[in-house]
Amino acid sequence: MRNPEGEMTNVVICGVGGQGIILASDVLCQAAFLDGLDVKKSEVHGMAQRGGSVITHVRFGDKVYSPLIEQSTCDYMLAFEKLEALRYVEYLTMHSDIIVDDREIPPMSVLVGDARYPADIEQRLAKYGKVHMIDATNVAAELGNQRVVNTVLLGVLSQFLDLDEKCWHDAIKQHVKEQYAGLNIEAFDRGRKLAG
Amino acid sequence: MRALLSGNEAVARGAWEAGCRVATAYPGTPSTEILENIIKYPEISCEWSVNEKVAMEVAAGACFAGARVLVAMKHVGLNVAADPFFTMGYSGVTGGMIVVSADDPGMWSSQNEQDNRHYGRHAKVPVLEPADSSETKLFAKLAFAISEKFDTPVLLRLTTRVCHSSSPVDLGKRKEVAVKGYARDVRKRLVLPAHARVLHAAVEERLRKLAAYGEVFPHNRIEWGKKSLGIITSGVAYQYAKEVFPDASFLKLALTYPLPAKLIKKFARQVKRLIVVEEGDSILETEIKAMGVRVTGKDRIPRCGELTPDVLRNSFATKRKRTKAAPDVPARSPVLCPGCPHRGVFYIVNKLKLVSTGDIGCYTLGALPPLNAMDTCVCMGASVTNAQGLEKALGKEFSKKVVAVLGDSTFFHSGITGLVNAVYNRANLTLLILDNFTTAMTGHQPHPGTGRLAKGEPGKRVPPEEVAKGCGAGLVEVVNPNDLRATEEAMKEGLAFDGVAVLIFRRPCALLVKPRPALRIDAELCNGCRLCLRIGCPAMSLVFPEARDKALAAVDASLCVGCGLCAQLCMRAAIKMAGETGAQS
Ligand SMILES: Cc1ncc(C[n+]2csc(CCOP(=O)(O)OP(=O)(O)O)c2C)c(N)n1
Repeated sequence: MRNPEGEMTNVVICGVGGQGIILASDVLCQAAFLDGLDVKKSEVHGMAQRGGSVITHVRFGDKVYSPLIEQSTCDYMLAFEKLEALRYVEYLTMHSDIIVDDREIPPMSVLVGDARYPADIEQRLAKYGKVHMIDATNVAAELGNQRVVNTVLLGVLSQFLDLDEKCWHDAIKQHVKEQYAGLNIEAFDRGRKLAG
Repeated sequence: MRALLSGNEAVARGAWEAGCRVATAYPGTPSTEILENIIKYPEISCEWSVNEKVAMEVAAGACFAGARVLVAMKHVGLNVAADPFFTMGYSGVTGGMIVVSADDPGMWSSQNEQDNRHYGRHAKVPVLEPADSSETKLFAKLAFAISEKFDTPVLLRLTTRVCHSSSPVDLGKRKEVAVKGYARDVRKRLVLPAHARVLHAAVEERLRKLAAYGEVFPHNRIEWGKKSLGIITSGVAYQYAKEVFPDASFLKLALTYPLPAKLIKKFARQVKRLIVVEEGDSILETEIKAMGVRVTGKDRIPRCGELTPDVLRNSFATKRKRTKAAPDVPARSPVLCPGCPHRGVFYIVNKLKLVSTGDIGCYTLGALPPLNAMDTCVCMGASVTNAQGLEKALGKEFSKKVVAVLGDSTFFHSGITGLVNAVYNRANLTLLILDNFTTAMTGHQPHPGTGRLAKGEPGKRVPPEEVAKGCGAGLVEVVNPNDLRATEEAMKEGLAFDGVAVLIFRRPCALLVKPRPALRIDAELCNGCRLCLRIGCPAMSLVFPEARDKALAAVDASLCVGCGLCAQLCMRAAIKMAGETGAQS
């Protein structure tokens, strides 16, 4: 049986609908594509985007068949929210890099008192690999625009992936509006230098 | 040039390259971006039709005129469009015609997981199933060629993981194909019984020819691997099977109806064990078994839910150590957005303890706690007719506590016929139209009530209140759903009205207007009573500060759009609009 870990990079990006997860996965995909790799990305639209839990799968390597990542084969997770990181741990190995924005968004089940937001997410995630808690909100605030949180996080992720920096920059330019390209590249570069 | 395209973008690109002239659709996940991308090509005349039946019939007209035409919809849309689809199967085409059905295994955004490959068989129309974006673009082009060569519409059947996955595609140029022009041909297009009898025989003959074509169609292809295991598969299932059984031999089918029996038997003879890997129903497997070939598949692969590499691997118990899901992770269901204009209506429906026959749109989320304000959801348009049926069975008194609820796009899609039916049949009906000026659920497409057309150009606006009056509703009112008192009064008036009352709750979708400043809580006035949590707004929560003996309401300023609905609920005026004075928190 083939061992997908050997030939393929698998990245799960997850968070809450409306956080810019699809844009982040588009940029990642495009960067890998521009770097000459075969790429597949899978996402879900519709119901899930209305504040529900959202996950996208990104895979790249020499030849990619399935657009979906298998359980226990995901090298990197980029989570835009802590609870959402915990929701998808089944994709992780025991040595994944888990990049998490240090942000809590309580779901309706918590808001109405039916459930409690877990207090020990960071410790629980540590079982599945190395957890990198990032205060992307703060970096975005310094840059003066909350909407670049996802680009800051992509910058952090880029430290772990062997993709050319120019491909990342070009991918960003191709996916954000022209007037925001400079700001997003700055946000990306800030993330790229943040200690993971 | 090569680019990353989603399956939906690839359909649009393929149609454009193939000289498509006309495209129609009604939105529906996962198909919506097909037309959204076709809209960008100036050579193609397109429209958002009011529903799928209309889209299919407009497309049929363009096809009669000899234009290459594409019509796209989600799987349940083809139920709505089935009538003209079946007739087009008999009539055949003049310009090439592609019908795109985007199925949703796993029901990410749907009410069922019907497998629309059945429709190909049922309507005797050939089915093409691409497995990634590159094939999707190619098959869209081939579909026009097959359509014209065999004089038939072609069903291009996609699934969520084809539509919404991206992969590299080689881009080509557009090849113009002239519109043939209209020539009267009643034997083909006027399906009177006498004509249809002849057409049916022609359809059977066409299927024989298509089956023969399938034997040599290069995209029905064998990939030889080890002969100990042979796999017959199609669509995205092929990709999963390649991951799970990398060494097996594959017969990858692209034209999956009619099936190439000789090719299948040839492949079957050369492998030791044969399995069919298909998502959804056992369509290939059943037909292959009927050819007398021994295969397995659905005895192990589930019929329910989405097929994934994990599901496939587990079906054959290929051993592997797996990470388990974390226990006790609170669910995060979708919710009505902060500031959603639907929220106030559902709050009142809940407050008055009404029976609410519902419909499909963002507003279906009003069914979830804490609003719990929807009892039924059958299919688009069924809110109106279901309510009428309740009255038929239970009488007029019962109808005084029933409301039918649907959105503006849904009203135009299939609510109007039910409304006419209710008026004509002397029903007592209270119909609530949630008019947010858009088709929100599927990503904000225009519809007749918006007066904008697909490409953004102005159309003629059709106001729902005029339609309701024209249909004969006895009471028609337009209400602001953000005014809870007015909403409650209007609803009571509608319910008391003898006959058909139509209440239009009008306020634009919160995602389409500029947010107002966030509200804030006056901590001195708030007594933690939780009343404000009853509207289920994601921006509102309860916190328990240490220095305080009671709970305190809290507004997440990054989510709140300042609609002020919660402030109307607070008995102590503790929720302040921006600029309002009061004790500081
Ligand atoms: C037959 C059919 N076609 C399409 C869909 C997809 N769909 C679900 S909801 C919806 C539109 C709802 O729009 P509207 O009624 O305006 O409500 P809103 O989402 O704006 O609240 C569509 C097109 C469907 N479920 N069934």
